[in-house]
Amino acid sequence: MTKVIVVTSGKGGVGKTTSSSSFASGLALRGHKTAVIDFDVGLRNLDLIMGCERRVVYDFVNVINGESTLKQALIKDKHCDNLFVLPASQTRDKDALDTASVGRVINELRDSFDYIVCDSPAGIEKGALMALYYADEALIVTNPEVSSVRDSDRILGILAAKSKRAEDGAEPIKEHLLITRYSPRRAAAGEMLSVTDVQEILSIPLLGVIPETEAVLQASNAGVPVIHDIESNAGQAYRDVVARFLGEDVPMRFLTADRKGFFSRLFGA
Amino acid sequence: MSFLDYLLGTRKKTATVAKDRLQIILARERVDRKGPDFLPELRQELLQVISKYVKIDLDQVKVNLEHDGNFEVLELNIVLPESINTVKKTAS
Repeated sequence: MTKVIVVTSGKGGVGKTTSSSSFASGLALRGHKTAVIDFDVGLRNLDLIMGCERRVVYDFVNVINGESTLKQALIKDKHCDNLFVLPASQTRDKDALDTASVGRVINELRDSFDYIVCDSPAGIEKGALMALYYADEALIVTNPEVSSVRDSDRILGILAAKSKRAEDGAEPIKEHLLITRYSPRRAAAGEMLSVTDVQEILSIPLLGVIPETEAVLQASNAGVPVIHDIESNAGQAYRDVVARFLGEDVPMRFLTADRKGFFSRLFGA
Repeated sequence: MSFLDYLLGTRKKTATVAKDRLQIILARERVDRKGPDFLPELRQELLQVISKYVKIDLDQVKVNLEHDGNFEVLELNIVLPESINTVKKTAS
């Protein structure tokens, strides 16, 4: 059974596209056939983060309008054999999407993929609603910061009211909390909401915590999802996220600040 | 907050402030979400009618819908200012 997963947040700039690219890559690395769709029509960026921007010929809206086949529009990822990217249109607006045609594309993808990851645009308008409509599960990307937590709560309300599962009265979308840009040091100092705080407020199961690291910017600079950077905390944290999503019992990491010892302080190690 | 507060550690950490604020506002927003769509509009229109006679803020009009067994209770709570007569005189 193909699973449709939406990566959403309400607020912009919290790491939806970074998370979509790494999460989808992680599923593919684990051997699952995965498609990742950019729903941010008009402001396409997933292609850039995944490093396939120069190979975009056709896009999601072309497929919807019958101007190209799905096969023509899907871009094979450079790093993983099992991963394909469906880029958003850069020229149309969000009204180009509607539930019927998005449903047709998703159903066609179901034939050949195990997982369909939907990278939602920010906001709660058409594009975001389309991205979450067919979801079976949702990754709620949240920064430990007041506006992000509030918007995540809002999105949780929308998942529960406006998704297909909600409309059909089916089993609700399975929600997962993904906290990104986390600084254990600042949380310990009481300057940042802690993982426990955010989890208590939103009260949905925690899938993972991605620490704030320089590696994320470097990865987007290079167009290689940060999950491929296994040296970095963020890369390892995304691998843990994927493993947990696939049902493995992996303990949380990177939740406490490194206490630098005297010698490592002295030598800057 | 004074320097002394800081030294004594009595200053509330900003993360705690953030958590408290979020819990209060989200509790309110979740209630609004559960209610029927017309509640915010009803509240706004009530405010318009009342403010023709008395000067009040939106905060002072509370509309609440509660479920009690098989029936729903629509509760209106309007806080009027103390000097209601003087306000009315200037308004008319």
